[in-house]
Amino acid sequence: MTHAEATHRTSTGLDSRKIGMWTFIGSECLLFGSLISTYLVYHGKSVAGPTTREILNIPLTSISTFVLLMSSLAMVLALAAVTRGDTLWTRVWLATTAALGSVFLGFQVYEFTAFVHEGLTLQVNLFGSTFFVLTGTHGAHVAVGVLWLLSLLVRSFQGKLGPEKALNVELAGLYWHFVDVVWIVIFTVVYLLQ
Amino acid sequence: MSEQPQHHEQAHPGVGTYLTVAGVLTVITLVEVGAFYVPAFQGWLAPVLLTLSATKFVLVVGFFMHLKTDHHLFRVIFAAPLLIAVAVAVALLFLFGVVAL
Amino acid sequence: MRLRSRIWSWVTTTDHKRIGILYGVSAFAFFLVGGLEALIMRLQLASSDNSVVSAETFNELFTMHGTTMVFLAVMPLSAAFFNFVVPLQIGARDVAFPRLNAFSYWVFLLGGLFMNVSFLVGAAPNTGWFGYANLTSSQFSPGLHVDFWAIGLQVLGIASIAAGINFIVTIVNLRAPGMRLMRMPVFTWMTLVTQFIVVTAFPVITAALVFLMFDRTFGTNFYVVAAGGDVLLWQHLFWLFGHPEVYILILPAMGIVSEVIPTFSRKPLFGYAVVVYSGLLIAILGWGVWAHHMFQVGLGPIADSVFAATTMLIAIPTGVKIFNWIATMWGGKLNFTTAMLFSVGFIAMFIIGGLSGVMHSSPPADLQQTDTYFVVAHFHYVLVGGSVLGLFSGIYYWWPKVFGRLLSESIGKWHFWLTMIGANLTFFPMHFVGLLGMPRRVYTYDVALGLDTLNLVVTIGAFAMALGTLVFVGNVCWTWRKGEAATANPWDAAMLEWAIPSPPPVYNFSVIPTVKSRLPLWSEDGYEPKPLPEDPPGPIHLPDGSYWPPVTAVGIIVAATGLLTGSLWVALAGIGMLVVGIYAWALEPFEV
Repeated sequence: MTHAEATHRTSTGLDSRKIGMWTFIGSECLLFGSLISTYLVYHGKSVAGPTTREILNIPLTSISTFVLLMSSLAMVLALAAVTRGDTLWTRVWLATTAALGSVFLGFQVYEFTAFVHEGLTLQVNLFGSTFFVLTGTHGAHVAVGVLWLLSLLVRSFQGKLGPEKALNVELAGLYWHFVDVVWIVIFTVVYLLQ
Repeated sequence: MSEQPQHHEQAHPGVGTYLTVAGVLTVITLVEVGAFYVPAFQGWLAPVLLTLSATKFVLVVGFFMHLKTDHHLFRVIFAAPLLIAVAVAVALLFLFGVVAL
Repeated sequence: MRLRSRIWSWVTTTDHKRIGILYGVSAFAFFLVGGLEALIMRLQLASSDNSVVSAETFNELFTMHGTTMVFLAVMPLSAAFFNFVVPLQIGARDVAFPRLNAFSYWVFLLGGLFMNVSFLVGAAPNTGWFGYANLTSSQFSPGLHVDFWAIGLQVLGIASIAAGINFIVTIVNLRAPGMRLMRMPVFTWMTLVTQFIVVTAFPVITAALVFLMFDRTFGTNFYVVAAGGDVLLWQHLFWLFGHPEVYILILPAMGIVSEVIPTFSRKPLFGYAVVVYSGLLIAILGWGVWAHHMFQVGLGPIADSVFAATTMLIAIPTGVKIFNWIATMWGGKLNFTTAMLFSVGFIAMFIIGGLSGVMHSSPPADLQQTDTYFVVAHFHYVLVGGSVLGLFSGIYYWWPKVFGRLLSESIGKWHFWLTMIGANLTFFPMHFVGLLGMPRRVYTYDVALGLDTLNLVVTIGAFAMALGTLVFVGNVCWTWRKGEAATANPWDAAMLEWAIPSPPPVYNFSVIPTVKSRLPLWSEDGYEPKPLPEDPPGPIHLPDGSYWPPVTAVGIIVAATGLLTGSLWVALAGIGMLVVGIYAWALEPFEV
């Protein structure tokens, strides 16, 4: 058996890293499932402090939700570009995705700061505890995703992100889209279903 | 490393599809936010919003994450934990009396 | 090789066989620590109103005994077998992500040490292995006790999830040609099922522990009743993880038994497909029974009925497996080696533990039994009688493959009988002790309870088991010096790991075999398997070691220490190390 055969053959014909990424995403479903369940279980059980209706800013969050949705579009376009070997547009779309992700994070920082000023803190009531831990965990995931995308961008500028490395972009994309769908759920459950 | 471009090309839809999906996602989001502000909807806001949100979820996972066209193994690996998570969430909502039969 | 470079080669190793040995050695050391904790508790309880240890120390002992045995002994001992055996059984050269595998091991080891350092600073965890809220709140548990426990478990969770992903991918993607899913050895199957449970169950405890840590560190309200919080949230989340966790502990042992019994009965496993599907069914049903740990909190008649029914239901696939093992032995050419004795012991003990489990699936019965030694008896029958006997069976079975020498059978029989008699002497009287009203987790009891004699018997049994374990250590030492050299297939077993020399060469298989049946080394339907060539026909590429996995693992433990001590700088240093480790790992050339 040659070296190439020994290293390239897999039972399913799929790349191990992609299966690993999907398994990780499956695992993350349970993490966010637990966080969202806790938020719902405690919904309306706060005994003090601001409540959802008084504090959540729907227009603002609708915009940040839209930003994150569009970042997902930029992400798939980056994957399409790298797959066809289009270096310029790979960079453009990767940078766009990272930028939109950063904008989303900016909205979140603004939102958190505003909430604290209006009296909603981690400690003040159950809503504060569950809300900040749930959306904060999601925000941390977005932040990791932005770092990942920027790392890919650097690799692209180093000339090390050709079409043969498209899988690296695809893996980052899977993570990114997953973080996006988690937000789709959070936006509905936390913001719209008050 | 084991790059297999032939898989990618089969599995991934084109730019046009992506743009269409993004458009649909935007429209659904607008409808969601709109429904939130219409007083007449308040009675059945929950089922409508959950359905719309689930639709968005399926669109992103199906098209942007390519689960619709990709190898069925990925669907299994993703769907099994997702179903457990949903079942657990529903069970907890019953156990804590948030929803009742 | 010089000693320093030899140690270095073990630290940087990415070879699944070496990592398996590291897991085994470390887990056995923790097993001894956990056993020692149990012995001290049994000394304290040997007679009424005893004062070997204080109530405070007793709390630390039962907490760390449980935590150690579950997370630092049984799980990583199973991991030792996953690592060493699974790639060999599926005909692979290594796991899918060798460096991630090394990372898992180092995170586990450092996490285990982290938790045990608590003894040295006089702040060992003391709120029970399930750490019920709000006993764990800052108000009722000041000091670092609970922090050591919560942060330690988070760290161990990282190791488990990383290993879980790795083994799922390995089993799904690195099987030899022809090894279809329904041709995989049952041990490999049970590993796959176990890892599926790991990657789904551990995130739930991660979330629950995040809430706990936020409550303790930042003053959030997750488990604060005064703020409207519900302490039952912790119980639900803990047991949502905790019940699948018991299947994480038992399914690998069931896999081992499913390899050992056919080998020493000279018969294929009876009802292979049914055994596999039962394992899958256990994993799925295991998600729907958690609240049977909580009957005493008063869930209401509907929840009680549902969880009682699902709990009784899960006895069916479990019972099916037991019948399959017995049917495998039926009419077989039985050879009672030490490995076989441990497996048969497993079946007997697991039936007893399973039956008492069905007893407290009924809420009214459970209300009498919960929090008494009856429950302690039940879960030790399944964990010691089940998991530990199964793991010892695996140790005797695969030892020759791992080290190239056969463990002494005559010393092994002593080990088995001392363990078997000791375990029954320890755990059987606990049923009576419990039904007669002795509560768990209490450091002493009154002479008027009349339980002195039974408790003394239990203590004697515990020391008999300890003696058995010492005999095993003696067996290892004896075998190391004088053990009989093992051939490639000393048991004449059927699976692929026995097709290669003992111990296996670093590349495992000279040529990746092609699999044509479930029992590749046993001739079936006139098919005679061809032996593999002694030497590989060409050079085989193997990955070099890497020191980034241990560096990354150290980064995690430094960050955990910063979190524990509340030192931002230490935490940032740890995170910095983690980030450097991850980038260096991602960028270093490493061909798998």
